[in-house]
Amino acid sequence: MAAPALQENPTEARIASHAMPAKGWSLNAREGALARLRAMGLPQRRDEYWKFTRPDTLTQVVAPTAAVFHNDEAPLFDGIERLKVVFVDGVFDAEASDDLTLEGISIERLATAESDLHWARDLYGTLEARGQHPVERPLAALNTAFATDGVLINVTDKPSKPISLIYRHESETSDAILHHCIKLEAGAELTLLENGPAAARFNKSMEVEVADGATFHHVRAQGRDHERRAATHIFARLGKGSQFKSFTLTVNGQLTRNECVIELTGDDASAHVAGACVGDGAFHHDDTVFVTHDAVNCESRQVFKKVLRNGATGVFQGKILVKEGAQKTDGYQISQSLLLDGDSQFLAKPELEIYADDVACSHGSTSGAIDEDALFYLRARGVPKGDATDMLTLSFLAEAVEEIDSEELRDEVNGRMSSWLKRRRD
Amino acid sequence: MLSIKNLNVKLEEEDKQILKGVDLEVEAGKVHAIMGPNGSGKSTLSYVLSGKDGYEVTEGSATLEGEDLLEMEPEERAAAGLFLAFQYPVEIPGVGNMTFLRTAVNAQRKARGEEEMSAADFLKVIRAKAKELKIDADMLKRPVNVGFSGGEKKRNEILQMAMLEPKMCILDETDSGLDVDAMKLVAEGVNALRSAGRGFLVITHYQRLLDHIKPDVVHIMADGRIVKTGGPELALEVENNGYADILAEVA
Ligand SMILES: Nc1ncnc2c1ncn2[C@@H]1O[C@H](COP(=O)(O)OP(=O)(O)OP(=O)(O)O)[C@@H](O)[C@H]1O
Ligand SMILES: [Mg+2]
Repeated sequence: MAAPALQENPTEARIASHAMPAKGWSLNAREGALARLRAMGLPQRRDEYWKFTRPDTLTQVVAPTAAVFHNDEAPLFDGIERLKVVFVDGVFDAEASDDLTLEGISIERLATAESDLHWARDLYGTLEARGQHPVERPLAALNTAFATDGVLINVTDKPSKPISLIYRHESETSDAILHHCIKLEAGAELTLLENGPAAARFNKSMEVEVADGATFHHVRAQGRDHERRAATHIFARLGKGSQFKSFTLTVNGQLTRNECVIELTGDDASAHVAGACVGDGAFHHDDTVFVTHDAVNCESRQVFKKVLRNGATGVFQGKILVKEGAQKTDGYQISQSLLLDGDSQFLAKPELEIYADDVACSHGSTSGAIDEDALFYLRARGVPKGDATDMLTLSFLAEAVEEIDSEELRDEVNGRMSSWLKRRRD
Repeated sequence: MLSIKNLNVKLEEEDKQILKGVDLEVEAGKVHAIMGPNGSGKSTLSYVLSGKDGYEVTEGSATLEGEDLLEMEPEERAAAGLFLAFQYPVEIPGVGNMTFLRTAVNAQRKARGEEEMSAADFLKVIRAKAKELKIDADMLKRPVNVGFSGGEKKRNEILQMAMLEPKMCILDETDSGLDVDAMKLVAEGVNALRSAGRGFLVITHYQRLLDHIKPDVVHIMADGRIVKTGGPELALEVENNGYADILAEVA
């Protein structure tokens, strides 16, 4: 009997396809991440947190191709005063980017930050490593080990405008890994914008350290290229009285897995994470969120809304963990889907785990269709069916969009969504 | 203006006949009232006229100024000038009342090939009309009908009617749930719109609304038909004696 052919280990195969930099301050962290990745192995379908989302196209050695989506609209955030940092298929584009100097903040590229005593040495891979327990996130370890670039942002004050990371996608075969480290010093404030499809396959990780009294606002729009795939991670740690607000808009994309891991470690801190997505057909969108309360009198909110049709799939796996002693915790979580037809599906796994007694936590998850009575009411007033459906769709998403603090950014996002919804009908 | 002939309607889902040959003619400039026992089909008539799903017209016709209503989408009927003040106005979370109304006004104008109303003009007009109905600025900003009291919802219906300036207004129990003062406000709102070119069909259970909105014609509906038609005195008769006598007389 012939011996079965030796199966190549997919994790090792993937590791072999990447290279680490030869030297530098991040090397230690990268080696550590590589060891973690080897110990965990790449995600597989049978893993508890990958039951609803097939990891294969995210883990396989060669990224599936993704056509570039051409359109004639002005890019998102175009009218907003901001400092632009542009990556094309994961490669920094100096010419398209603004000068990276701005008062109250230092911005560097990961790939060229040489100094051995770099501040980011303490952050790079640190929050990712913490975020590996109790749920493993091998794609984030892969990212830490092999990221080719990213930004290192140290916010010491309140810079006058948002930093805007722009991810262009120009090659059908691009496979990008970016890693950002963001450190907000005590009392500092930053608004970070991200937009664009980035690459055919995009693995992005962002570690955010929010020191006491600091405020971090994050608004992201993932590009509309239909075939793109993305696995992203946000790891955040919040100090006393700090604030964290992150909103993500996803329209199109074949596969998106957005993980957000937040630790509230200082008292009186607040973390809001929200997402609105609109998907059609071969669209699979997964929000996997883990919020840990490890301090007193903190507040957290998770608001996720998904509009799905033509067989699109939405996944929400959200957890609130309240550790012993994290009294006066106020935790809220809602995940809802609007199913525009019977082919689409929403899979939700909300979890609460509470080890303190003086807490208020609530969570809810619903799936529903357009409210026919509301639709008729709008039509009876003269609003055509398509417009009325869009109005109700936007109103369904509103609770998530409201999580954007800035009215200007909120209007930008709402305006875009309504024009996209309208286009889709034309 | 509104012409309904032998209208027969059954439920789409069940084999249940609800309207059994309604004949009704509302002339321009006139106010017609419909009264009738619970479940006689008054709201069904208003829904069928405005195009709600779930009903099947098995016989008969309904036209507005000669145009076949039953062939039109609900939004087309609205643009053609039909307005229904709902018995139960719908709450729409997340859609601002003002945004909703401006969208509706401009959608109707667009459908009729008219120029859209500018944001500034709209604001001016709605402020004035809201004030007459004692609807405060806060209510205009809030999501459509969300958290409105029963009476506020009804006043909001009348505000919509005033903004949309329809040709044919159907009011389905707009008086129910209103206190005495609110009823006066609503009646004043309706009376302000009365004009030679506009028709009204007022569905109500009570004479007291008709004290304020004087009808030209009163119909009694029972078991899916108009069983009796008369002048304002018919409403008084119902108020005093209930439906028993009338129903016995026509049986
Ligand atoms: N969608 C429906 N499904 C089942 N029954 C219905 C439906 N719509 C109407 N009906 C029935 O049709 C009949 C007429 O109802 P309708 O609401 O038109 O009465 P109404 O005259 O407006 O009564 P009320 O004075 O109580 O408002 C009732 O028996 C009602 O139960
Ligand atoms: Mg009724």
